[in-house]
Amino acid sequence: MEDNNKNSRRKFLDKGLKLGLVTAIGGLGLSKIATKLNAKNDEHSGEKMELMTTDGKIVQVDSSEVMEVTHSEDYDTKYNVREGFPNRKFVMVIDLAKCKNALKCVSVCNKHHYVTGENAWIKVHKMQESKDTAPYWMPRTCMHCDKPACVTVCPVDATFKRRDGLVLIDNERCIGCRFCMAACPYSIRVFNWSEPGQEITLNMDHDTSMEKPMHASPDYAGLPSVKGTVDKCDFCPHAIKDNILPHCVTACPNGVFYFGDKYEDTVTNGEETLRLKKLLKDKAGYRLLEELGTAPSVYYLPPVDRLVDFEDGMENYTEFQSVEKPGEKTE
Amino acid sequence: MKNYDTLLKDLTPRKFGKRGTIWTVFLLLIIIAGLIAYIDQVIKGQVVTNMRDYALWGIYISNFVFFVATSFVGSVTVAILRLTNNSWRTPLVRIAEIITLAAIVMAGVTIMIDMGRPDRLLNLFIHARLQSPITWDVIIVPTSIALSFLLLYFPLLPDLAILKKHFKKTKPTLSKWYGKLALNWEGSKAQKAIQEKSIKIIAIMIIPVGIMLQTIDAWLFSTTYRIGWDSTNMGAYFISGAFLAGVGALITVVYIIRKVRRLENYITDYHFDKMGKFLGLAALTYLYFNINEYLLPIFTAPVEEDIHLNALVSGEYAGLFWFSQIVGLLLPLLIVLFNKGRKPGPMFIAGIMVVIGSWWKRYIIVTPTLLHPFLPIEGVPESWHHYFPSLHEWLITAATLAMALLMITLFVRYLPVIPIQRTADERALLKTDKNSES
Repeated sequence: MEDNNKNSRRKFLDKGLKLGLVTAIGGLGLSKIATKLNAKNDEHSGEKMELMTTDGKIVQVDSSEVMEVTHSEDYDTKYNVREGFPNRKFVMVIDLAKCKNALKCVSVCNKHHYVTGENAWIKVHKMQESKDTAPYWMPRTCMHCDKPACVTVCPVDATFKRRDGLVLIDNERCIGCRFCMAACPYSIRVFNWSEPGQEITLNMDHDTSMEKPMHASPDYAGLPSVKGTVDKCDFCPHAIKDNILPHCVTACPNGVFYFGDKYEDTVTNGEETLRLKKLLKDKAGYRLLEELGTAPSVYYLPPVDRLVDFEDGMENYTEFQSVEKPGEKTE
Repeated sequence: MKNYDTLLKDLTPRKFGKRGTIWTVFLLLIIIAGLIAYIDQVIKGQVVTNMRDYALWGIYISNFVFFVATSFVGSVTVAILRLTNNSWRTPLVRIAEIITLAAIVMAGVTIMIDMGRPDRLLNLFIHARLQSPITWDVIIVPTSIALSFLLLYFPLLPDLAILKKHFKKTKPTLSKWYGKLALNWEGSKAQKAIQEKSIKIIAIMIIPVGIMLQTIDAWLFSTTYRIGWDSTNMGAYFISGAFLAGVGALITVVYIIRKVRRLENYITDYHFDKMGKFLGLAALTYLYFNINEYLLPIFTAPVEEDIHLNALVSGEYAGLFWFSQIVGLLLPLLIVLFNKGRKPGPMFIAGIMVVIGSWWKRYIIVTPTLLHPFLPIEGVPESWHHYFPSLHEWLITAATLAMALLMITLFVRYLPVIPIQRTADERALLKTDKNSES
């Protein structure tokens, strides 16, 4: 009885496999025939055509071989929000020696990203390793890690990493579980606890340099912000797209921020353009919490030979505020 | 010895008395208040909670962890007793399984309350990514719910058939329902064989599932870099904590049901003594892991972890930390170590202490860690440096607890909390010989 059963199952499997094979071969044959039919003529016409290849060589081809094809979509050069800019790897260098806590990076970022909550995307931290060492100011953006902890834990692929190094958020997909915020060791993510209320800001100082501010795409850091979803520093892909530096880079009066491309090995703060490798080597660049293995795309240059005394930045220091509310101008 | 009729009289479900009605109405009122608070939260956003960008999880999550932990009692604890054929379990298993089902269902509900966008719940399935611990939770929680339900339901079948017969004349509609749920149970040999086999399979299956559930719950925390969470100890630590919390909840509920339904003849001091020893084992295990978690880092903790531990032991959270350690662990352990402590009265106190201590213990696991990030908390309002639940959070959390209690109450109202058939069989066994099947 059992033997019989086994046999019939084997037969079934055997038949199934054969049938599958025949189908596969048949399919292949059919597709071959189809391509042949597509070519206008099977016979060589004898007429030759001169064509230029992509690398500039002139070649002669039988005119019967030439057929019309739909323009190939070149995925390597076409921009795709989730894929990013092809063959780029964006990095930032922050020179702590230059930071005077001017806070222009924070205010310009808040303005251009219509940050309306209490928690700015960029922060300038007052740092001091121990009581015996000198304090320094440390601007902190999103680290856009190569091994982002936030992306790993996202259950719905709402936050994602692109090939160009940017970590962005699709706030039309985010379910608001805040696991990414818990996972981020740099605590850079902010949550829209209530309706973002960006209309007020948007109406107040509508910025024309950003053409489509209401474009709902991760490209604009998901502008407009959505209640119950996560936001964060996005490295300004909307600006990069137009070959403009991120807002914090251009706004900084002290040239603290350098932005660039790791593949090109260049970074610029708008005034000077430097070789990334050399800069990091000469000035002993490091990354924040390197030991965690998140591989950030933001490098820091240590706060050596400070331009001004640390105390000079203290006048701007507000421990409990990082976003100016519309209506209250403190400047 | 009692005969079958008194057994039926004692064990079949009864209408709510005055106290039962007041209790149910009370629970319903809490639930309604919680629902109103939740609707308000959905409309206004989670700004109504006291969670903010640093304390990004609050009592919704710790309450979820508490429910998950409590659900451990029916799954693993009782399944093990079942498989090892410990006969003292008989009057307790059903209560344990009721607690489990109520707790795990509420765990599923609670985790959704924490979502910023509950309207996008389906994204968890549409865009599911397998490497996220939340996806693991999405898989394991429904699995646990299904298994816990079956583990409660299958052993119920003979009793449902008994109830159908019992209520035939007095309450025909109710009897009809029992009949439908009994799935034509007649108690034939073939049916018994199937039932026994199914129960055995589920009891075996629920052990790995229960352990996975607790572990995944722990991994929600230990897959982050956070101080206090990023620990390889977490999985085992959570399992032992769940063991304790579950047994504590079981003792508390058993005591109350025994008192209300006057089941002193069925749940005796002997059972409390056994449960007390079980609680003692659980408490000792948990104590071991607590020593691992909090005492050992004194030697090698890096600066950040030291700050975190100091805040627990002597800082902002010292009160809650020591409350959960002493009231939730050490005192109950001390009580059950003594023979006199394992009498019903003291055991009830120990059980209540364990339950309350366990709830706050989860709070202590979730909140302080979030408020000790690697980079300083700056540029946010002063209130964001601390966390204590808002009125909305309390109302909603109270409602989830009330829902769990209401589920338990309704089960007790409509189901025999002590297996009738099995008790009858066992008592018959005591009287006659041991030749018939159990």
